[in-house]
Amino acid sequence: MTSSVSPSTRASARPLTDEEVDRIRNDFPILDQLVNGHPLNYLDSGATSQNPLSVMEAEQEFYEQRNAAVHRGAHTLAFGATETFEAARATVAAFIGAQADEIVWTSNATEAINLVAYSFSNASLGLGGAAARRFAFGAGDEIVVTEMEHHANLIPWQQLALRTGATLRFIPVRDDGTLDLAAAAGVIGTRTRLLAVTHASNVVGTINPVAELVALARSVGALVLLDACQSVPHLPVDVAALDVDFAVFSGHKMLGPTGIGVLYGKAELLAGMPPFLTGGSMITTVDMHTAEFLAPPQRFEAGTQRISQVIALAAAVDYLTETGMERIMAREAELGQRLVAGLADIPGVRLLGPPAGVERIGLASFDLAGVHAHDVGQYLDEAGIAVRIGHHCAQPLHRRLGVTASTRASTYLYTTTDEVDRFLATLAEVAPFFGVKS
Amino acid sequence: MTSNAMQQLYQQIILDHAKARHGASAEGLAPLAEVARAGLRVTESHQVNTTCGDEVTVRVGLRSEESGGDAAGDAVIEEFAWAGDGCSISMASASVLHDTVRGEDVATARALLNTFRDMLRSRGTIEPDDEELGDAAAFAGVSKYPARVKCAMLPWVAFEAALLAE
Repeated sequence: MTSSVSPSTRASARPLTDEEVDRIRNDFPILDQLVNGHPLNYLDSGATSQNPLSVMEAEQEFYEQRNAAVHRGAHTLAFGATETFEAARATVAAFIGAQADEIVWTSNATEAINLVAYSFSNASLGLGGAAARRFAFGAGDEIVVTEMEHHANLIPWQQLALRTGATLRFIPVRDDGTLDLAAAAGVIGTRTRLLAVTHASNVVGTINPVAELVALARSVGALVLLDACQSVPHLPVDVAALDVDFAVFSGHKMLGPTGIGVLYGKAELLAGMPPFLTGGSMITTVDMHTAEFLAPPQRFEAGTQRISQVIALAAAVDYLTETGMERIMAREAELGQRLVAGLADIPGVRLLGPPAGVERIGLASFDLAGVHAHDVGQYLDEAGIAVRIGHHCAQPLHRRLGVTASTRASTYLYTTTDEVDRFLATLAEVAPFFGVKS
Repeated sequence: MTSNAMQQLYQQIILDHAKARHGASAEGLAPLAEVARAGLRVTESHQVNTTCGDEVTVRVGLRSEESGGDAAGDAVIEEFAWAGDGCSISMASASVLHDTVRGEDVATARALLNTFRDMLRSRGTIEPDDEELGDAAAFAGVSKYPARVKCAMLPWVAFEAALLAE
């Protein structure tokens, strides 16, 4: 069984050209600056992406012209703000093949996962009545994650297991950084209630075989939550076609602002789930001892919402849609292959994850023999090159691959071919500078 | 591209210590119970830099002239051992720390620690006293890189915590 598809079969759209990327860069003023005397070479979009002018303008225009609280107040501004806020929900829903009422706003993807975990936790305490019983976890139940998860898709499940007595199990990772699907069939069993898995790895850059994993989960009646933080920004994602029950992603990794995340949940599932955060804006009738809750998504959106961030996120989605997700994906597949092919030519570099030729997003993490990632990052920074160093919030995966830290370069739609080449050329200087002989 | 700034930060003394790692135990430190000796008070601390996952454990063996002497005063750092995994700055700093405080009394070591910390926090404004700091003066360049001050301080913080745990 192979876990990957060759780049040619998936990336059928025409990649963005170098000329188009040059035009795109005009929309991102932050990219036009010197860092330590060198043109900024931003290869850390996997951590956070940059914002185009249209996103910043959308937020500014909202505050200059239309700012008001949503879903309360009967004045003109409040009504207009509510309309714009809900139109943004429809925009984001359409972007991932969902219905508007299946989109819940959160602060970030981490909060979105915690929302699901705490809702299940509350169901396990008996909250939410009969409709929530299917979300109750207890002794004998199993939650399955993978060894490559970001801490955000691991620790909330560890904690849910601790609170409910459920058992956490994991699908192991193979030496090449891909999921061991043969083992997955043994880990996912009749006790499995939930499979929480990442779509694209933030460390090894691979795209996991969601269809096969969902089929395994379905065969035992388990729910599936997809961490789509590294996929929704970079490739077309259709949650309905993938048939996942939940998906989460962050605004700031897809040209949007910080402080806004998205939980997608199938409507019929959200309808039965008890709330996580409670308070204003999520209730119908309240007395001194009880409260009735609104239907989703408002049931999960307590308190004043992140209105300007939501509107800016919709502007980011418009920007991505106009550029074309198929074309962005094809462009980043090229850059990803260029990265790993170039890394293979540098003495002492060990790529984490599968080699060139295997499908990956525009992201590559590596270890440089004899030079710690922090020192690699320092040298690159001096040349204006921004990369991520450390464990990338995935300590178990690094441990599995036999390293404590790595260096990661990650691209986006504004990354030039020259930037990738300049990064590779500078990286080749690092081991000699630190006196490491290859 | 080997800029002057890079050479100021990664001075040869630092690169050499990062390789030599004086006082380091490559296999990790032996269990505390195995190193106890008559009259020697052994204490240690493990510190992690959460930014990058670098870690270091510093262990010191203290001996006092008179029984009942305390770590705050004239006890001598008779033994100093460490184990760790990290960047060249943190590993070199641990090596230099070993050379700097081993054999010193606790009061002197604490004074050196404060001088080192003040220099690192100065953002390049404090010129180090080579006489007092020795090889540790080479870390003056690190003070211009606030993100790396934690790297250089990591073993010294572990050393300080070990003394406090005494």
